[in-house]
Amino acid sequence: MDNKVILTMRGISMTFPGVKALDNVDFTLRQGEIHALMGENGAGKSTLIKCLTGINAFEAGEIRVDGIDGPVVNHSTLDAQKKGISTVYQEVNLCPNLSVAENLFIGREPKTKLGTIDWREMTKRSEKIMKDLDMQVDVTQNLEEYSLALQQMIAIARAVDMDCKVLILDEPTSSLDDNEVMKLFTLMRQLKEKGVGIIFVTHFLEQVYEVCDRITVLRNGKLVGEYPIADLPRVKLVAAMMGKDFDDLASIKSEETPKFSDEDILIDAQGLSHKGKIKPFDLKIHKGEVVGLTGLLGSGRSELARVIYGADKNQTGTLQVNGKEEKINAPIDAMKLGMGLLPDDRKAEGIIGDLSVRENIILALQAKRGVFRLLPMSKQVEIADKYIDILQIKTASRETLIKQLSGGNQQKVILARWLATDPDFLILDEPTRGIDVGTKTEIQKLVLQLAGEGKSLIFISSEIEEMLRTCSKMAVLRDGEKVGEIVEDLSQETVMKAIAGGDGNE
Amino acid sequence: MSKIKKITGQPLFLPIFCMLLVMAVNIFYDLGSGRFAFNFFTVSIRNGVLYGRLIDILNRGSEIAILAIGMTLVVSASAGTDISVGSVMSLTASLCCMLLAGYGVASTNTLAVPLIVGVLAGILLACVCGAFNGFLVAYLNVQPMVATLILFSAARAIGLLLCNNLIVYVRNDAFKFFGGYLGFIPTPIVIAAICIAVVSLVLKRTALGMYIQSVGINKDASRIAGLNSEKIIFLCYIVCGLMAGIAGIVASSRISSADSNNIGLNYELDAILAVALGGNSLGGGKFNLAGSIIGAYTIQAITTTLFALGVSSDQAPVYKAIIVIIIVAIQAPPFNAWVKRLSAKKALAKGGA
Ligand SMILES: Nc1ncnc2c1ncn2[C@@H]1O[C@H](COP(=O)(O)OP(=O)(O)OP(=O)(O)O)[C@@H](O)[C@H]1O
Ligand SMILES: [Mg+2]
Repeated sequence: MDNKVILTMRGISMTFPGVKALDNVDFTLRQGEIHALMGENGAGKSTLIKCLTGINAFEAGEIRVDGIDGPVVNHSTLDAQKKGISTVYQEVNLCPNLSVAENLFIGREPKTKLGTIDWREMTKRSEKIMKDLDMQVDVTQNLEEYSLALQQMIAIARAVDMDCKVLILDEPTSSLDDNEVMKLFTLMRQLKEKGVGIIFVTHFLEQVYEVCDRITVLRNGKLVGEYPIADLPRVKLVAAMMGKDFDDLASIKSEETPKFSDEDILIDAQGLSHKGKIKPFDLKIHKGEVVGLTGLLGSGRSELARVIYGADKNQTGTLQVNGKEEKINAPIDAMKLGMGLLPDDRKAEGIIGDLSVRENIILALQAKRGVFRLLPMSKQVEIADKYIDILQIKTASRETLIKQLSGGNQQKVILARWLATDPDFLILDEPTRGIDVGTKTEIQKLVLQLAGEGKSLIFISSEIEEMLRTCSKMAVLRDGEKVGEIVEDLSQETVMKAIAGGDGNE
Repeated sequence: MSKIKKITGQPLFLPIFCMLLVMAVNIFYDLGSGRFAFNFFTVSIRNGVLYGRLIDILNRGSEIAILAIGMTLVVSASAGTDISVGSVMSLTASLCCMLLAGYGVASTNTLAVPLIVGVLAGILLACVCGAFNGFLVAYLNVQPMVATLILFSAARAIGLLLCNNLIVYVRNDAFKFFGGYLGFIPTPIVIAAICIAVVSLVLKRTALGMYIQSVGINKDASRIAGLNSEKIIFLCYIVCGLMAGIAGIVASSRISSADSNNIGLNYELDAILAVALGGNSLGGGKFNLAGSIIGAYTIQAITTTLFALGVSSDQAPVYKAIIVIIIVAIQAPPFNAWVKRLSAKKALAKGGA
């Protein structure tokens, strides 16, 4: 490939208090290529991107952009945009209480002759953008009305709609389904044809091999190397990222399917529903069982789990926990019954950004104990250190603010928060979102280990593969309705078929 | 550079810095007018009680300090301010004095009901006001500023009604105690100290401090993690009302009357300023109670100093306004970014040399 180089970063270094996030990193992007930026959680991928777009100030190094004389230093995302660099950050940062159309056009609203915002034009163009992407969205609705996945697509649409030479996508697919991922890839290929250079960050290795031309690998803030895709098969890529050999596809589930008896039922939902969102459903979960929830985007996977937990008000129907009928009005009631919920939207419902890693870890346990029984500091420290160690959370210290951690490490902290409460029933909604290959396997193992200890789990993931590795039963959802369960013969095929709308077998 | 950053990065930097600045102004003023340089700091005993400018500041600053406690919690939990505290102070004073004097009585030497009844009734009413604000904010999701605007304008008027449009005087030694002296120490100082101690102790010994901050930072996430976000916000407003009540009793006792139109006038501004000066973000979340308290006394020091410098009480707000502008500017993100860029440039220059 002898395409023209459009972006070079040379010797970039950047230090956060206590962490050398980037150490002399080089990166080169050529015209019309899709370039994967890979590395474990906390390797420095997002930081490198933020140095480019001016969110982080780098200490040393130089950035050059094609068509601009001399080194470039951006001071803000807007600044970068003016130079043709368009970015979708890891955490969706749009305005939830503005309409979809407003979000698409913030900062570049179409104007009327009088200089006021031309709302009709804006709505018209927004509708076209959404239609081109084959998305069913009412652009006049507030952004918060839509799921995280749709929000992510909207953020992508916004970035793509701006004329750019360089498009940066930091884990854009973390909450997307196969369908949306396909749409995104088609879009990326079209842009590539037009000569746009794309930087693509992801932890899904298959996706890298599907669309990328070149890979740059970072490890602990240092550059490992830049490779044409053909030179770096999957095994080698994993080794380059982790610095050691690792087989992330090895089977972890025991071969025999466990048998459950009726005495072991922990959760028994009968006609449970949520007005307007989830139609009445029955679901039995045994002790030691891992139940997967699957379905298309927007089919109500998360919502169904949340109904059991009482995360959203207006739960109707009956719920028996351990044979006793219980009424859950708020999450705390569910927690007192031994439940826990790891929500899918980490930024909105997971992290308490300005609190430390320690406080974030002990929060749920403390809430369960009640306000007057403050955990002694020594105990807090002990618990925090324990989980930082077990989950290998990469943080400068336990007192570091959680918002300063990399995305994947934030996710681990929230997982630790729930493990610390020692739940009997844990709902994991996309627990491996944004988590690197090595840790992903660790978490899957952890799920099986918890099940082995007799705990029950609900596991939700956009990756069917991942659920097959952990679940012993799957419930299939369509349009807010539970349409079937798959117990025997769990395989990619049967699940896909059930999701797509063939008759879910029983 | 890094040393400076370490100092300015301290959470208590802003309030202590302001406090030192005010002291420096005082020292220069005293020197300039040919007095002993540390006149400001001298504490003596006159007529059997403590005397001195410092004591005066601690004494007069009590109400602001007490209000600042409640305001800090409200700001943290709800990312908004309670602008009704000054009016609630006045209402508390009105109810208390009305009960002590009897309805319609303008002046009394003897108490119509036991002192404790009047005082507790006043404080209780303040708590009810806090609960009203809290209900609007926590359960009905009304903007804090708008919600508390109701009592901001109504509470004072209700007080006036209770007092039958009179300024009720309670010239009674027992009532005077709250604004007077406990032994040789001014009672307000003691009351403020007790309030601060009790609240700090509660925050230290229970998980409440963490709960409040957690809710202030991310309400939804806190709920999922098992906190009752609404109840916590509600509680903060009640505490804020309670503090306004206590401050109202002190202020009323000082002047032995319920002067509805003047008690607590503009105190909400001082309380909010104290919180901001204390290094707390008015956007909610993390709070620093010690900062707010120092901030409160700093504001009183500024006021006292301005008066000592001969600035009339009408003009004093202008100077305070200037201080507010500076503080808000320092906290503003563009300013922070600018400082960061400046220091980064310096570091870069150093690295290159
Ligand atoms: N604002 C910040 N303050 C302090 N440290 C930070 C901050 N942002 C990132 N870091 C640290 O810099 C390092 C690199 O983080 P970065 O977010 O670039 O990782 P990443 O490669 O994007 O990881 P992930 O795959 O988890 O998103 C991490 O150790 C992180 O803790
Ligand atoms: Mg990242």
